[in-house]
Amino acid sequence: MKSLFLALLSAVLLTTAAPAMAGTVQEVLQDQRALIEKSSRRTVGPAIDALVMSDLPQMQAVLEAWQAKEMWQRKEDGWFFAASKNADGTYVLHRFEDGTKVGDYAKGALKQLKPNSGVRAMIATALVQYQLSDPDINKRTGALDSIARDPEAALLAPLRASIPGETDPGVLSRKTRLERLMSMAYDTDIAVRVTAINDMSGDLGVDFRATLNPILTTKTTILAVGQTTDATTDANVARVLLPGSETLSTQAAYALLVAADLAPAELTQDARDAALEANIEAGRVGGFPVAQLGTQAKRDAAYDALVAADLAAPRITAEDIAASLASYQFREIYQEPSQAVTDVAAAALAKSEGRVAVNQAVDLGLDALSLASIYFLAAIGLAITFGVMGVINMAHGEFIMMGAYTGYVVQMFIANHTLSILVAVPLAFAVTFAAGVALERLVIRWLAHRPLETLLATFGVSIALQQLAKNIFGTQARPLTAPAWLDGTWVINDVVAISSIRIAIFILALLFLGLFLFIMKRTRLGLETRAVTQTPRMAASMGINPDRVNMLTFGLGSGIAGIAGVAIGLFAKVTSEMGGDYIVQSFMTVVVGGVGNIWGTLAGAMMIGGFQKGVEWLNPSNTLAAQTYMIVFIIIFIQFRPRGIIALKGRAAGD
Amino acid sequence: MNRSFIARNPSVLIFLSILALFTLLVTLLSEGFGAGLVSTSMVKTLGKTLCLCLIAVAMDLIWGYTGILSLGHFAFFGLGGYMIGMWLMFERTRQIVVTSLSEGVLPPTPEDIQAAIGNQIFGVVGSSEFPLIWMFADSLVLQLAFVVLVPGALAFVFGWLAFRSRVTGVYLSILTQAMTLGLSLYLFQNASGLRGNNGLSGLQNLPGVTAPQSVVSLWFFWASALALALGYLLVAWVVSGKFGSVIRGIRDNEARVRFLGYSVESYKLAVFTLTACISGIAGALYYPQAGIINPAEVAPIASIYLAVWVAIGGRGRLYGAVIGTALVSLVSSWFTGGQAPDVNLGFYTIKWVDWWLVLLGLSFVLVTLYAPRGIGGLFDLVARKNPGEGP
Amino acid sequence: MKTTTALATALTLATALPALADDCTIKVGVLHSLSGTMAISETTLKDTMLTLIDQQNAKGGVIGCELEAVVVDPASDWPLFAEKARELLTVHEVDVIFGNWTSVSRKSVLPVIEELNGLLFYPVQYEGEESSKNVFYTGAAPNQQAIPATDYFLEELGIEKFALLGTDYVYPRTTNNILEAYLQSKDIAKDDIFVNYTPFGHSDWSKIVADVVALGADGKKVGVISTINGDANIGFYKELAAAGISADDIPVVAFSVGEEELSGLDTSNLVGHLAAWNYFQSAETDANADWIAAWKGRMGEERVTNDPMEAHYIGFNMWVNAVAAAGKVDVDAVRDAMYGQEYPNLTGGTAVMLPNHHLSKPVLIGEITAEGQFDIISQTSEVPGDAWTDFLPESAKLVSDWKDLGCGMYNTETKSCVQTLSNY
Repeated sequence: MKSLFLALLSAVLLTTAAPAMAGTVQEVLQDQRALIEKSSRRTVGPAIDALVMSDLPQMQAVLEAWQAKEMWQRKEDGWFFAASKNADGTYVLHRFEDGTKVGDYAKGALKQLKPNSGVRAMIATALVQYQLSDPDINKRTGALDSIARDPEAALLAPLRASIPGETDPGVLSRKTRLERLMSMAYDTDIAVRVTAINDMSGDLGVDFRATLNPILTTKTTILAVGQTTDATTDANVARVLLPGSETLSTQAAYALLVAADLAPAELTQDARDAALEANIEAGRVGGFPVAQLGTQAKRDAAYDALVAADLAAPRITAEDIAASLASYQFREIYQEPSQAVTDVAAAALAKSEGRVAVNQAVDLGLDALSLASIYFLAAIGLAITFGVMGVINMAHGEFIMMGAYTGYVVQMFIANHTLSILVAVPLAFAVTFAAGVALERLVIRWLAHRPLETLLATFGVSIALQQLAKNIFGTQARPLTAPAWLDGTWVINDVVAISSIRIAIFILALLFLGLFLFIMKRTRLGLETRAVTQTPRMAASMGINPDRVNMLTFGLGSGIAGIAGVAIGLFAKVTSEMGGDYIVQSFMTVVVGGVGNIWGTLAGAMMIGGFQKGVEWLNPSNTLAAQTYMIVFIIIFIQFRPRGIIALKGRAAGD
Repeated sequence: MNRSFIARNPSVLIFLSILALFTLLVTLLSEGFGAGLVSTSMVKTLGKTLCLCLIAVAMDLIWGYTGILSLGHFAFFGLGGYMIGMWLMFERTRQIVVTSLSEGVLPPTPEDIQAAIGNQIFGVVGSSEFPLIWMFADSLVLQLAFVVLVPGALAFVFGWLAFRSRVTGVYLSILTQAMTLGLSLYLFQNASGLRGNNGLSGLQNLPGVTAPQSVVSLWFFWASALALALGYLLVAWVVSGKFGSVIRGIRDNEARVRFLGYSVESYKLAVFTLTACISGIAGALYYPQAGIINPAEVAPIASIYLAVWVAIGGRGRLYGAVIGTALVSLVSSWFTGGQAPDVNLGFYTIKWVDWWLVLLGLSFVLVTLYAPRGIGGLFDLVARKNPGEGP
Repeated sequence: MKTTTALATALTLATALPALADDCTIKVGVLHSLSGTMAISETTLKDTMLTLIDQQNAKGGVIGCELEAVVVDPASDWPLFAEKARELLTVHEVDVIFGNWTSVSRKSVLPVIEELNGLLFYPVQYEGEESSKNVFYTGAAPNQQAIPATDYFLEELGIEKFALLGTDYVYPRTTNNILEAYLQSKDIAKDDIFVNYTPFGHSDWSKIVADVVALGADGKKVGVISTINGDANIGFYKELAAAGISADDIPVVAFSVGEEELSGLDTSNLVGHLAAWNYFQSAETDANADWIAAWKGRMGEERVTNDPMEAHYIGFNMWVNAVAAAGKVDVDAVRDAMYGQEYPNLTGGTAVMLPNHHLSKPVLIGEITAEGQFDIISQTSEVPGDAWTDFLPESAKLVSDWKDLGCGMYNTETKSCVQTLSNY
């Protein structure tokens, strides 16, 4: 029905003869009332057709209102109006014919029409002809979106007609591309189609491949050997399939014959058992007592006995199958009749797919890089406290969580997302810096040189902090919304794309790497930290206060964890348990990389991120497996390089 | 020799007597055999606590005596539970299936039975094929052997790799934690063949047993008490002899023991594997009482709690581990079970369900800082004994 | 009709003999996690139960007795669910339990409930493939949520290629298995069904979203059926929005995302994506308006209502009517009285308790709005819940009928009862 409408529509557009139909908008709508009310994609087609064919000038507005769920029905008489909400909660109705106000109505007296998105898409298709040359650029792009989603042969002509008048360069290029794509699929001239395909050969776009693939769909057909009069003999054959080859197993080929009623089905176990059950006589089947039929071999034997007694159909043997297969030919036939088109399409697609594979590898690489930067960001604070100072802090993950919650709290007070992030970052640093200093002074300092005790004590802190966060914020994940300028995606092409927030995290990771190097290599604190870490007594005798240095360094590491928390919260979620998600990975990153060396941590993050994405690529349907294998890999890796990728020489790396 | 060992360790005899007395008392007061003052769910809780005490004894051996802080012993505990759980599920389902299939016209073939069992067990988690690891699930003897062998083998391989590479101290702790995380992630996968997140359930129903749960719970309680007694004896014996001196030496100064000519790695590996086997047995007794085992049980946090219990009880002394575990796990379940009365401060009501973990975490910090000998240290004060055993 | 008269008698009795209320308290167990990971979802249901019990007591209780809630906290710990259920039934001696959320917690409780002949009302949509004599399933079975939503995708949106994304646990696994079989019966090729499982709380969605977009390369319209659970949805929808995928390009229908879950999200980028439930807060009926008012009045204006709450609402009221009809709280008597119980849905129409312990309820499909609510765009007539799906060969031959056959797992081919206990 829909295609009929489209055919008619194109006819109308070509002849521009407007069939004047009687009636007002309301009368047309009332004629189609039942279908409009039912609002199902399967039945609404004729109603939309009728609205368009009425050729009333207001129909564009009607369709647009309907699509936007702004068309309401008055319950008392079922009339349709455009409605908008008043400040007092009532609704004001306007006539479609002339826009005059009908009056204010309570919500209870009205019924809103809610077309589902399938129906809305059909309305959008119907609207295309009005909107392609609409002065409003949003309506023009909307029309193009609609064509791209549901391309129809009949839309090609109006699209072409709208190109010469297009003024906006962006829209023009979209229109031209769409016109090329639709020419491939729908133009009646084979030469035009071939040219269009050749023009875009190797294009990366999903839409290009989505246009070519339907052209290349095939169907497996069965042809009796020696049969030549059949219409399918001069079909556009993609290839001939040989039963027993890799492309078509003997079993699959025979199943095709059975499905086409060209051969009898093989005996299944169920069919055999049914035959046995049907032939039980006095507790025996084919001479075997029923009680003995508890194995497959006995059942087979009993069935054979039935066959011998002519009580059951004989089995299909391998020879029968071979004989049946020999008398038929299996061919894959293109749905598309023109061989010229399928040949260029196949070539163009092959070229595209080669490039797509390369780009997918690039995309995977970007994903891995992004994951690595997240791991690095989570681990960099630990690289300071654990890597440089050698202090195990199991509450590190909870510092990440505290940073994220700080961001959440700031966002509750500052509505502007950009501003709130700008405030949240230093505040998160301050909060976790203070928490880190407190932890160092109250707990860690008293457990110096007792690393296992430190591990357990900080674990106690971690349990307490996590539960505290639950008590304050609840167990539900809290939103930390990124500002609009971080919301989008950097689209390089249709295959390679990365979200802005991930780029921001990557840049943040680089910044921290720089900051870390700067502090450690260029500032007094860094110098003192390195001195205290290497020989605390010597450093103390040089006038450095080791307690103060340890405290500040620990605070710095914790503060960085807080900022990482804000970033992680922006891209994922804020929960009281988020710290636990990152703590083991972070320790792994530092240990795998090599303790005491920031480049090691970087290398560790890259390796873990890359490995995880690699496994995900190999096994795309199970992400959990990737994480499992990553851990197994790390455990094995550490056996062979216990000091990590970049092992420090000398005592600093030691036990 | 055994007599002198007991004589040298009076605490062992005292412990065993108390355990025997406790078992007798619970039995007499239980619903199944006695006065009914102790409910069946209480018997189950106490039985589970005894299993936890057993793994705590193992933890004390590896941590308190050998100085290796393993954050992975609950992985072995869970594996033990899974091994026995497989047989329990398989056999229970097999009995149901055989009864139901024998009502058909033809007697069922072995393939039919296997397929029906598979469908019953795995249909719940959206598949019906029998994974390879269930190959021996029909044999109680083999699965019982696996309770010891599978954790033991995992510990042996992991320990061999780790100790050979001289991974020590916190690195080893983190590595054992990673192992636990890896195992729990593996078990979480449906593809692992152990029913993923759902785990194995209905384990309290012993196949072919018609006795009520009030009686079954007592059987398991006795078995747990017996296992704890034997495990305690074994570990006490191990640490009392020359072997015990060597592992304590490793704890206090590994390099020196190595220079004395001992193969430090072999000793560590032996202790690691032995404790893993004990943990497996404890798990195999625990989960039929809990009724269900699933990957959440194996999560790294559980192993860390184990270290917490042992530390609070006082490591380096076996009764300390038992006391700490029994106390903290029972108090924990009392607080989180909602039985503890809320404290109303007027402006704020303290709900123990919410605040217990905060309290536990902080008390743990305090114990580490100010009472490194834990509760067991109190006994030293009472006995005015020179605290020589502690770390 | 019989139930209403019985109820009326009960009410008159209650008003006539107010003194009785003190003598015969009926204990109602509430077994929902109040701490741990599931607390956020389940605490709401505990409050729902307390609201319902208070409302009923205000009406004079049941058969002249006052109801008393016994609330325990299984703390999102699955073995603890079994322990607490035993405690409720043996120590507190409750007459009925309303509780559980996750499937694994239900499986943990089943053996205990069956051993002690308790009565459990389970209010959450679940994967089916189970029938216990002692459990009434007031949430949706797959044919009351997943199948109608898939039909909607096929018929109304014209989806030709499906991405089934789920968290790796029993509900998504089983639901996706059923859907795969169903889609293939609807002539969707196996190659056109992409399945992916992620861990709980998964946050790294970029590759999976890219994979879904790439599915469109063969020119078929792609739709996503999401059984992603809990927190992981936040990252998923964020990534979807960041990739600029609108509901018109690739619609997503979710089975585990309701009003409560949306309250943790900025929904402005998600407008038009779908969810399928038996209840939405936006349903326009008088009963729903009353219920929302009662809920908000008790819990605060910002609180939302959701589908499992309605399940408890129906389940509790049916139980009250069944007790009134039976005249006693004895489990076997109440169970017999439950069959055929009718109670009006909050979304219109009437829910009926079937002999297979499932409800017949309408299926609603809603589009997410910018306000974090759902705009109902499709509502079916009542669909009877099916314990054993018809789309998997092994369970297609099973039926559950506790009323006449007295069996929850009856094999229609061999005409025999496979087992009278449930499979756990």
